[in-house]
Amino acid sequence: MPYIPHTHGQQQEMLSTIGVASIDDLFTDIAPELRPKSFDLPEGRSEMQVRSHLEKLAAKNNTNLTTFLGAGFYDHYIPSAIKAILSRSEFYTAYTPYQPEASQGTLQAIFEYQTAMCRLMDMDYANASLYDGGTAIYEAIMMAVRATKRKKIIVSECLSPIYRCMLDCYTTNLHLDLVTVPHKQGLTDIQALMDQIDEHTAAVVVQNPNFFGCINDFTSLFAKARENGALSIISVYALMQSVLKTPGQMGADIAVAEGQSLGLPLSFGGPYLGIMTCKGKLIRQMPGRIVGKTVDKDGREGYVLTLQAREQHIRRQKATSNICSNQSLCALQSLVYVSLLGPEGLKRTAHACIELAHYAAQKLTSINGITILNDQPFANEFTIRLPVSAYAIIDKLVPQGYVPGFPLGRYYQGMENCLLIACTEKRTKQDIGILVELMRGALE
Amino acid sequence: MKTIFAKSVPGRKGVWPEEPEGQITDFIPENLLRENLPALPEQSELDVVRHFTLLSRRNFGVDSNFYPLGSCTMKYNPKFMEDIANLSGFTDLHPLVPQLRGAGHYTQGALEVLYETEKLLCEITGMDAFTLQPLAGAHGELTGVMLMAAYHNYKGNKKTKIIVPDSAHGTNPASAAIAGYEVVSIESRDGIIDPQALKDALDDEVAGLMMTCPNTLGLFERHLREIVELVHSVDGLLYYDGANLNAILGKMRVGDVGFDVVHLNLHKTFGTPHGGGGPGSGPVGVNKKLEPFLPISRVVKLEDGQFFLDYDYPFSIGYIAPFYGNFGVILKAYAYILRLGREGLIRVSENAVLAANYLRKKLEDYLHIPYNRTCAHAMHEFVASAVKQAQKGVRALDIAKALLDKGHHAPTIYFPLIVKECLMIEPTETESKETLDQFVDDLIEILKIAEENPEAIQEAPVNTPVKRLDEVKAAREMILKEQDM
Repeated sequence: MPYIPHTHGQQQEMLSTIGVASIDDLFTDIAPELRPKSFDLPEGRSEMQVRSHLEKLAAKNNTNLTTFLGAGFYDHYIPSAIKAILSRSEFYTAYTPYQPEASQGTLQAIFEYQTAMCRLMDMDYANASLYDGGTAIYEAIMMAVRATKRKKIIVSECLSPIYRCMLDCYTTNLHLDLVTVPHKQGLTDIQALMDQIDEHTAAVVVQNPNFFGCINDFTSLFAKARENGALSIISVYALMQSVLKTPGQMGADIAVAEGQSLGLPLSFGGPYLGIMTCKGKLIRQMPGRIVGKTVDKDGREGYVLTLQAREQHIRRQKATSNICSNQSLCALQSLVYVSLLGPEGLKRTAHACIELAHYAAQKLTSINGITILNDQPFANEFTIRLPVSAYAIIDKLVPQGYVPGFPLGRYYQGMENCLLIACTEKRTKQDIGILVELMRGALE
Repeated sequence: MKTIFAKSVPGRKGVWPEEPEGQITDFIPENLLRENLPALPEQSELDVVRHFTLLSRRNFGVDSNFYPLGSCTMKYNPKFMEDIANLSGFTDLHPLVPQLRGAGHYTQGALEVLYETEKLLCEITGMDAFTLQPLAGAHGELTGVMLMAAYHNYKGNKKTKIIVPDSAHGTNPASAAIAGYEVVSIESRDGIIDPQALKDALDDEVAGLMMTCPNTLGLFERHLREIVELVHSVDGLLYYDGANLNAILGKMRVGDVGFDVVHLNLHKTFGTPHGGGGPGSGPVGVNKKLEPFLPISRVVKLEDGQFFLDYDYPFSIGYIAPFYGNFGVILKAYAYILRLGREGLIRVSENAVLAANYLRKKLEDYLHIPYNRTCAHAMHEFVASAVKQAQKGVRALDIAKALLDKGHHAPTIYFPLIVKECLMIEPTETESKETLDQFVDDLIEILKIAEENPEAIQEAPVNTPVKRLDEVKAAREMILKEQDM
């Protein structure tokens, strides 16, 4: 049998050491009436057969589409060195670093990851990762609820609707007061958010750039929250954070992000990376693993999991979160990515995306009937309004190999004609030229 | 070893794309931009590759070391699965493509993987339906408890409590609490659930029981049938924590014996690597009672053989994840199940249990084995206790560290909480007899030294990149990142 090393002779030796005649004798504690009613699975296949089957399935997916899809998940270039490093099985076949002396590689990498995320966000502390950007927002909200002992959460409708659906799901039985503040033509309505803040407010939650692509400075909103004893939570686009005003500069208490843009493939939705950072005073409310620096018996520097009194394996039902496994290898991946590119490489990548998106916006709005949703500055993603349903355009363009963007009508009533368009450095002006021509043709 | 930040050389070029013409301020006003670039490492590509290669060498992994970490099922991770997860037809797929009307056509291969994996997991566990969305084991637990809550809410049951045995993983009570339940812990007797303690804790407010079977002591819950009946008698639900599924593959199906909801750990039972702490994957299976509440989307197969994502389930708990789960991990588990097939999966549990009992027998004269009369045999793991050694000052922790010096990863220690000086040992089916024998020899040698010269063991480890680390200092000083320059 694959991956089982014992010869028949060895199995017999082991059985006789144990003092039983057969393997079946080892399972006598499972009574006959508990045995499977069926176990009707296919027979095993060779490695070559399984690979061939999966290659055929992979080929059924069309990854030759030129896509302008983003909506929080972006097709950035991934340098080859990342895969080389991530293929080191000392990293990927290890467990959570419970034995620090045998896990310094993982632990130091997490420490470096925590450092990188703090610097990217301008925040004090980072944890070792959460599952994804959406669960990071949920955990941030729960931090705020615990820290403030309040229950009102003000959420901008410009926060990703996917994440807002997740929040609805997670908070169903928690008796929280979740207030959603509508967007204004794709703009985050800062005044309306401010008006909602009161003495019951645990947190206000915004996104930058917002789901429609608009960039804001939330300094005044966060100040208002602070004056009222509420916390400010911001969800950001990790790669764009290399050029955009930081959560720290704006005065955020908790900054989270989906880390996929930092060197992770799209991979049909995961594994991704939940980045979580916070201000100093909140460290003991932080969920998940945290690595700290210390010394060994001889005074040599080393790293350990620390502040574990927050965690489920110590505190059980009183823990800050139930999280155990996180996305450690994905965190390493993002650390390698930011290390390979460095500050200048990240800036150039962000700049290239921003430049292309503005080029695309200019070209697309030169088409009769297409307008940009609002005048707010944007980075590499923007929303256009079409004279027809966005779905109608998608239906025409996808068969021609182009996904022009994400139809906002999927999540926003009344925005059926709106299309959210993202550009990454992997797109070219030529791709945009074709997109514009196809769009023009589709509208004729 | 210096951090990559300490190695940074200002101005050194890494992977830099061409500099675009113009300035970012041509597009975005300055007040919306950051003031300074982030102080991230400035290193050449070689610098980065070498740094992380050297770091990797300061780690134990399954590929380099025996890793008998109890309840973690650190089996060998077949390499072809990595290749499959790296196929560009999967890695380059944007998760929103199938949500564009009609564009599901472009992701048929990926949807088929999800659909088929769900079907296989249903047959393996005897459940009626699965969601692959939960992103790790504990995330699966939370999903499962939320499904239980949805069921009770739908039926109008007033349920406020969830029962968790004292031998359970810490994630069980944490997940129940996070889903809004009060947690009631019941004491084990002889290392397994005591039906009388369960009866005493049961009332109409009990939403369900979370159970690991075999439990964290590696013992089969011998009162299982009675427990199932008791919990169902108050319209409670039975939750199966799949952490130890490796013990029962093909020997018992949780659906057949009355469990209502189960989470699996693909990164334990189904051979996907654990990545030094993730990504995992925690699919959740349910029976018909709970199926209407599963998260959306669900993958449906149409009569023409096409697959599509269905969001139209009015009783669904909603979105537990942004998309369809940790797809890259699911792919590997799918490949693993196809590779092993029916016979192969049965051999997994048989050989995992064989190895655990073999180790237990070889060690029983040297370490205390608690509750060894509760069941005829251990399952896939067993618990030993260093109580005898502790009297001479050598604790489970010291033994664990001494094992590192011998090149073995340590067992899980001080868990479950109900056994003093606990070492929880899970060898898995993929380790050879030679490796098991070497481990036994090394452990016996350590225990002998512990008697004669306890200080030597208390000094361990000495062969690792660092010696014993000061955890108290770490918690007190809270140096959680490299200091800013």
